[in-house]
Parts: sequence; C-alpha cells; structure tokens
Amino acid sequence: MTSIQLPSGSPGARLLGLGSYRPRRRVTNDDLAQMMDTNDEWIQSRVGIAERRWASEDETLVEMSVAAGGKALAASGLDATDVDLVLLATTSPPKAIPGLAPRVAHQLGIPRPGAFDLNAGCAGWCYALSAAADAIRTGSARNALVIGGERLSDYTNMQDRTTAVIFADGAGAAVLGPSDQPMVGPVVWGSDGDLHEAIAIPANETGMSMAGQAVYRWATTKLTDTLVEAMRRAGVGPDDIDVFAPHQANLRIIELMAKRLGLPERTVIARDIIRSGNTSSASVPLALSALLESGEAKSGDLALLLGYGAGLTFAGQVVVLP
Amino acid sequence: MSREDIQTGLAEILEEVAGVTPADATPEKSFTDDLDVDSLSMVEIATAVEDKFGVAIPDDELANIKTVGDALNFIEKNQ
Repeated sequence: MTSIQLPSGSPGARLLGLGSYRPRRRVTNDDLAQMMDTNDEWIQSRVGIAERRWASEDETLVEMSVAAGGKALAASGLDATDVDLVLLATTSPPKAIPGLAPRVAHQLGIPRPGAFDLNAGCAGWCYALSAAADAIRTGSARNALVIGGERLSDYTNMQDRTTAVIFADGAGAAVLGPSDQPMVGPVVWGSDGDLHEAIAIPANETGMSMAGQAVYRWATTKLTDTLVEAMRRAGVGPDDIDVFAPHQANLRIIELMAKRLGLPERTVIARDIIRSGNTSSASVPLALSALLESGEAKSGDLALLLGYGAGLTFAGQVVVLP
Repeated sequence: MSREDIQTGLAEILEEVAGVTPADATPEKSFTDDLDVDSLSMVEIATAVEDKFGVAIPDDELANIKTVGDALNFIEKNQ
C-alpha cells in the first residue's frame, strides 16, 4: 500500500512577537454611571474594572485585528510573506459569513495563508495559540499569526447593568515560529457544555447575558486544577512562573486563582482588566503586551496563561515570552 | 454536627471570606443588607460551606439563602 508522507515539522514552537490595539475611546465608570444605574464603587468592588475601551465606528473588528497583527509581525522581525497560517479568535464578528481571518491576512500582505476564525469564547486565543503551535510542530505551518479580536460592545445589553459594565473591545496578537526547544507548553483544554447557557445571547435577543454566580463558582473552583495540570505537563512548578496572565474576566477571580496556586511573591500577575475591562479572547495577548511594554515582564520570562469563557471552555498553557 | 457547631463553623467562614466579625454573624442578619456580603462573596461562602460541611448548595438553592439563619437551617437539614 502507498504510504502517506508527513513533513518533518519542528521540535518546538515559540512566540516571536506580540502586538495589541486598544480602541481610542476610554469609558470610565463615571461615564457609565451617566448611562445606567451604576457607580464606580459597585463596579470596582465586584469586578475590579476602573475603565475600559469601546470601539468607535471606524474601529471595526478587522481594523483592530489588522493593527494588532501588524504590530506583532513588526515585533517578530518576520516579513508578512513568512507567515502561512492566520488564526483569528473572536466571539463577536459582525456577520457569520465570511470568516474574517482571510481578509485580515490579506490586509496585512500575508499571501494566501491557511486562515480561519475560531470561536472558543474567552478561551479562544489560548485555543488558537495551541492549534498554531501544533501546526508548526507538525509541519502544517512554518510561522503563524494568532490574533484575538473582539467588539463585544456590539453584543452588550446596555439594559443589563451587571454585564454592560464588564465587556469591552480590543485586539491582541502573537507571531509564532519554529524552535529547537519547546517554548509553548502542552495545552490543557476542555469544556463544560452542560453550562452552555451560563454565558450566551438568549433567543430573540442581540445582547449577551451571563449567570454571574454560576460562572464565578465554576472559574474559582474548577480552573485551578487546569492551571496546576498545565504546569505539571510542562514540567514546571509555581516557583518557576514569572508571569501569571489568566483571562481578564474579573479581578477577584484573578486574585483568588493566584492565591490558590501558591505563586511566589515575585510572580507578576496580569491585572490589565483594571484599565481594559473584559475583552474576551483579546484579553490574554492584551495583558501580555501591556506587561512587556511596561517592563514588568521581560523576554524569556515563563508565563502561565489561561483562557476560559462562553461554552463553557477553558485552555491553559505555559509559554516563554518573546 | 450540632447547630452550635455549625454556627461556629459558619462564622469562621464568614470572617475569612467576607471579613464579618463572628459576633455579628447572628441568625437574623441578612447577608446583603446587614453584613455587606455581595453576590460573588456568597458564592465563595457557598463553596467554603460545601467543603467544610459536606453539603451541596446549587445556585438555585443559594438564591434562597438570604440570612445567616437560612444558611444554618440549610446546613442542618442537608448535612
């Protein structure tokens, strides 16, 4: 029988550069208090958000994704023509058809890459990161651009003050390439589909709703194991973690997770939610970009990542920062 | 476990999770109105109660627990 040949691939994959785009319009809690029955104290104490960015009309999902992707490409030192896989993790495209990744790639001058959108809720970017790293390791791709982009303000129910204060817009991206040493750890991913209604756009509605208590309980009781397993499979422990960058859903969840993991004092904890709100699949790359830009994190740092959200879905992995 | 032991254990949880002074955790107190416990802290209290007393408090049951006394009754009945 004829055997099928496989490419040799690469021993590992690594992050080569990160980039982000934050919409121009800053919306503070006081601004929200003008629009709905809420206040700064309530928002800060429940979710830890001080301000967030909402996209203006010209800041479309494609434009934000292109901007973040372009910065990641520039940071990677690669040329657009070196990239042959583009993944766009998003939960908030304006239309179901067509997927946006081919257009984003085209606008970035990436010639004819494998390109698709991926919806795994707020875990989308961590899912896409794993898929891209595996594609590089198996030889399905040489270099990949992985974007998380969201315009959640298009799907926010402004009558629901428990969620309208949380969701926000933005995009973050990373370029991945091959490496001799693995610098993207094995993913620990999964889903709890019995909780599919916990974060959803209800029938006949256009805005999201969230069962806050159910999601909070799930995140604070089930996901510590995911993080511990992600470290175990990568062969590292809490003391090795330089940066902890979980999905920026709620500051209280972030603090509880950090406490339960027993991370050392020196570990830098991403708290980008304070100024960015919850940007779903954009939140992890936005947070990582912010930490690298501020100098709080540096190239070579070991970072523990976790995405989790609508589905419900989750994905955690350990990576070396570019 | 006696009701007194449950009350002591619950007061410990309330102090640890929400900073409630144990002497304030009396049965007639409303979590939200009297003890300033918000909905997310209620979830943390519920999971701590589950661990400590071996009971299960689903979200729909949690919604019915408004006072310290409601919590005591629930634990006593389901332990």
